[in-house]
Amino acid sequence: MKWDEFFVTGEPMIYGAMASIVLATIAIIVGLTYFKKWGYLWREWLTTVDHKRIGVMYILSALIMLFRGGVDAIMMRFQTAVPENTFLDSQHYNEVFTTHGLVMILFMAMPFIIGIMNVVVPLQIGARDVAFPRLNAISFWLFFFGAMLLNLSFVIGGSPDAGWTAYFPLASIEFSPTVGNNYYSLALQISGIGTLLTGINFIVTILKMRAPGMKLMRMPMFTWSSLITSVIITFAFPVLTIALALMMFDRIFGSQFFTMANGGMDMLWANLFWVWGHPEVYIVILPAFGIYSEIISTFSKKNLYGYSSMVWSMVIISLLSFLVWAHHFYTMGQGAMVNGFFSITTMAISVPTGVKIFNWLFTMRKGKISFTTPMLYSLAFIPIFTIGGVTGVMLAMASADYQYHNTMFLVAHFHYVLIPGTVFAVIAGFHYWFPKVFGFKLNDRLGKHAFWWIAISFNVTFFPLFFLGLKGMTRRMYTYSEETGFGPLNMLSFVGALGLAIGFAILVYNIYYSIRYSPRETNGDPWDARTLEWATSSPIPAYNFAVTPNVKTRDALWAAKHDNISIFDEEIKPIHLPSNTGKPIILGAIFFAFGFAMVFSWFIPAIIAGIGIIIVMATMSFDRDHGITVSVKEIMETEKKLRGETL
Amino acid sequence: MNIDATKPLEYGSEENSNKIFGFWIFLGAEIALFATLFTVYLVLVNRFAAGPSGPEIFELSGVLVETFLLLTSSFTIGLAIHSMRLGLKKPMMVFMILTLIMGLGFLGIEISEFFTYVHEGATLSTSAFVSALFVLLGTHGAHVGFGLLWGIAILIQVKRQGLTLATTNKSFIFSLYWHFLDVVWIFIFSFVYLKGLM
Repeated sequence: MKWDEFFVTGEPMIYGAMASIVLATIAIIVGLTYFKKWGYLWREWLTTVDHKRIGVMYILSALIMLFRGGVDAIMMRFQTAVPENTFLDSQHYNEVFTTHGLVMILFMAMPFIIGIMNVVVPLQIGARDVAFPRLNAISFWLFFFGAMLLNLSFVIGGSPDAGWTAYFPLASIEFSPTVGNNYYSLALQISGIGTLLTGINFIVTILKMRAPGMKLMRMPMFTWSSLITSVIITFAFPVLTIALALMMFDRIFGSQFFTMANGGMDMLWANLFWVWGHPEVYIVILPAFGIYSEIISTFSKKNLYGYSSMVWSMVIISLLSFLVWAHHFYTMGQGAMVNGFFSITTMAISVPTGVKIFNWLFTMRKGKISFTTPMLYSLAFIPIFTIGGVTGVMLAMASADYQYHNTMFLVAHFHYVLIPGTVFAVIAGFHYWFPKVFGFKLNDRLGKHAFWWIAISFNVTFFPLFFLGLKGMTRRMYTYSEETGFGPLNMLSFVGALGLAIGFAILVYNIYYSIRYSPRETNGDPWDARTLEWATSSPIPAYNFAVTPNVKTRDALWAAKHDNISIFDEEIKPIHLPSNTGKPIILGAIFFAFGFAMVFSWFIPAIIAGIGIIIVMATMSFDRDHGITVSVKEIMETEKKLRGETL
Repeated sequence: MNIDATKPLEYGSEENSNKIFGFWIFLGAEIALFATLFTVYLVLVNRFAAGPSGPEIFELSGVLVETFLLLTSSFTIGLAIHSMRLGLKKPMMVFMILTLIMGLGFLGIEISEFFTYVHEGATLSTSAFVSALFVLLGTHGAHVGFGLLWGIAILIQVKRQGLTLATTNKSFIFSLYWHFLDVVWIFIFSFVYLKGLM
């Protein structure tokens, strides 16, 4: 291979990206060295096994990926803003929409959700940590290095270009000859293993680590949603593992799974992809529902309406999520019976979802609503998500789908579900739990500014796409002629996208502003909230709770505050904590090296990296580190300090 | 650490029983993984294009030896765990070594079969059927191979540390894994070889 094939060349923007990557890397290295923070970074963050810190790292990575995917989005909207635009060529446009989809779903939405799960779930169930803290660190680093591998494709070798669904035969070596789809299969595989481990970890954590008295039907709704999501992860991700492995075999080792000759079957890919891909939608949406349940109940000063119907609706959604995958390809000739079946199962999902919407509305009824930033996102979510849901039912009708299939109508629909459903939720959750983790709130005025920019611009961006779709504009078109009349609505959509960018910029500025100026808190419960995570101090001590709480009701903290039901009635005992380890990050880095070598079919380095993986795993197995024990004296001192008392 | 004396040592602490429970869930994910592979295989089994079909390349004798070795090794790992519960370190190690030797034998025969298939003109790129066959068998074989390395690591730890909370827990989880591989093999034997020879 020649160097000019190795590095992506020929586009000024690519050179810009290379330069900015190099400059940012140098800036980080120089900055860390100058402020002597290498040791701090390594000891406190990179080697941590503390669920709260891992959660923070997940969220930070997700925010960075939000901007990467956002830049892709702006480029797409800019390219199609006017007819016959020459800003991007077709190949580059293909790469941009592919990475936009991949980054936003797999490296933004899901890690953001998992990050919040990491921070919140152990606290909500009164646990010291997740069940397997080291495995948790491994999960994070596999996700992180998988994401980095995909991002590297932009400057080295070329990005995947066959859409985030990577349909065959388009994604085969014959029609996508660059290494882009090799990156696809390996980057997703590596981060997918991490996700699977997270799923297993959280199932065990939630089922086995709950505080005494916290029965399943007393768990906070976000914990419930995390449990159900973890179950979906555990059964959906192995399918992706296989699909990606077969893709890798087809592209790198010349097997014939999805080819057009020698018996291969391209539709097999579509089926495998969506057997994972549709549950994936619910993996990112159910925890979002959990977040909204917490926020709406807290800021309405009422308990959640219809708690058990909320739980059951999620269970039903999780089962149905595995029965709808073929609605993604109604038009590919599967016959009326099959289409009919998938049409009915798809529409059936709207029933439990509707139940949830009504439950949130009834939770607010006669409540004392305070319009904080997280609450505004939750309120905006309900009508916008309903538009997404109704258009979803339109798409679910197989016969009608022949009209909208693969048009901008579909693009508008899934942005109308995913952005209010997941993105608003994670931002709301970010504002809501921020004071728990850091001990001060994000500025509410700036938060509301960002909210209005985001909520309004979102509709300006995506509502026109419904009409464009109905007019016949297909998705993934890199340009169009003026006679089509698509121009004005696309321009409107581009303006909306700029508004969204401003909204997110304000959100980030808010973080900086609040770090500098926000007043620090000492009581740990700034929202007068209901669930256990607010019962410990902020920022949270490493051991979470000095004393394991005793739960006697739902909304345990609320009951403690208002009905005088005590939750901490044990004595302080020494606490055992796992010690930090550098092996997870090393394992992740070797996986990264393995993936990179495989992308370019460099088999000898790949084998060396593979042996390295086994060696690291073996050394972890032989590790006899039993962790550290925090003494009662230390706990008492920490608690006093956190309450602001002098020692 | 609190040791619960009413339970076998491998379940003795909260951490231990969580690990076993977590591994059961992992096996649930593994079932999903192999179920997907079996589906792929059954979808592609008749799509052998110009290449050979199953009955043309399968040979029962090797497969029967493989089956015998793996099923017996599942029995010996059971004996190893039984000895472990009785606190007999040495017999436990002997049974585990026997298990690993039979696993190695299984893997050896499988690899030599792969060579035969390739020799008879069935390579990974011959047809969708052969691709699916190789990947299904190969995934199971890779699991066995990984199991061998894992088993050796556990043996060394049992040898050095004796039967402790940690080592009994690891051995027990390993035995679950090994039984699982056996179950998967029964499905491979039935749905790949017997069905292919019928």
